[in-house]
Amino acid sequence: MSLSRLARSFSSSAARRLATPVAQKPVLNKEFKIYRWNPDEPATKPTLQSYTIDLNQTGPMASIRILDALIKIKNEMDPTLTFRRSCREGICGSCAMNIDGQNTLACLCRIDRESGKDTKIYPLPHMYVVKDLVPDLTLFYKQYKSIKPYLQNPNPPADGTEFLQSVEDRKKLDGMYECILCACCSTSCPSYWWNQDEYLGPATLMQAYRWIADSRDTQTAERKEVLQNEMSLYRCHTIFNCSRTCPKGLNPALAIAKIKLELAAE
Amino acid sequence: MMSIRAVGLGAPLRQAMLSRALARSPVVLAKRNVQTESQPPSAAIDILNKQRLRRPTSPHMTIYQWQMTWIPSIVHRMTGGALSGLLYGFSLAYLVAPGTFDSAHIVEFVAGLPDVVKYAGKALFAAPLLFHSFNGVRHLSWDMIKFMNVKGMYQTGYTVLAATAIGTVGLVLM
Repeated sequence: MSLSRLARSFSSSAARRLATPVAQKPVLNKEFKIYRWNPDEPATKPTLQSYTIDLNQTGPMASIRILDALIKIKNEMDPTLTFRRSCREGICGSCAMNIDGQNTLACLCRIDRESGKDTKIYPLPHMYVVKDLVPDLTLFYKQYKSIKPYLQNPNPPADGTEFLQSVEDRKKLDGMYECILCACCSTSCPSYWWNQDEYLGPATLMQAYRWIADSRDTQTAERKEVLQNEMSLYRCHTIFNCSRTCPKGLNPALAIAKIKLELAAE
Repeated sequence: MMSIRAVGLGAPLRQAMLSRALARSPVVLAKRNVQTESQPPSAAIDILNKQRLRRPTSPHMTIYQWQMTWIPSIVHRMTGGALSGLLYGFSLAYLVAPGTFDSAHIVEFVAGLPDVVKYAGKALFAAPLLFHSFNGVRHLSWDMIKFMNVKGMYQTGYTVLAATAIGTVGLVLM
């Protein structure tokens, strides 16, 4: 008995400590249908598993953002649910997934409380699934590495200080350097779905242009040369799924169009 | 019970009760058959590769939200394919049987059709042709870095749809 009293003292909420009773919030059940696949049972087909939580009976966070709801489900209902997450504030890019048909970061995506409809959560589209909501991003990172995403300049300044850049030249990098490589854009692109073995995809191409556009980089011609083929760049058909879905509000379609224009103007 | 679960005491409590029950019962429960296999570190890549072979591909087209971005893009490709198919088909048919597929015969054939079929057929030709032409201009403007943002994509998208609708009605009534 003393144990249960002890437990109650631990879990006492603010409402319980008040002298006057607080009106209970009405039940607001929300159904989440989440893609499940377990590598330990590879023969079992992927399924959608349903979890219902009462949005009014959660902490202040889990009633607002998808990621907090996922964490609540994992903590309290099903510890086998697997997903990536880290910063929970949209800067690490770990929790990228397809929520209600759109790729976005779960930590930035608000829960739809009004419509009463269920929310479907899938891993990023057309990727190999490691488990549940975790896609295999090996190829994505390899593609990023292939464009040499670092400053190449064999002639550093003679005085040994940093490379200088005019304000205008620096401005050209805005809207590109902010990319967090969450892979939302690349995996939203139908061209990338069908040709990801050869087509680099919007995220990698925007970073390719980020280094082409950098006034301090001297390998511009080489960087353009590797894109000058049928597949790497020109599988982009200006579909715009990339810019539409980017959780950081960037515009990969614009960067790719600029590469195309510069290659055409040569 | 709720409060006990809230502080995470549920499991130890249950265990305590279970062990007491076990001590009292004369039946010995079967040992759980869980076995672990020890693997050398070098086996990791083999296990990973075996797992990689069986990984499913996550769903894509069927679950992605219909948007002004990729749906018109698909329609553009389909109308392009259909229109060029028609052009090549008609040209080849004319080559093979010039007596049957010349303008005079086509005009004569269409004139004999009922009005409903005539209007439906005109709409069926006009809508893909106009959509493909207007959307083509949209793509050319993008190639010149005009309307190259999400807002521009929506504005030009709705403009193309409206122009296609108005143009189709106009061509059908002609």
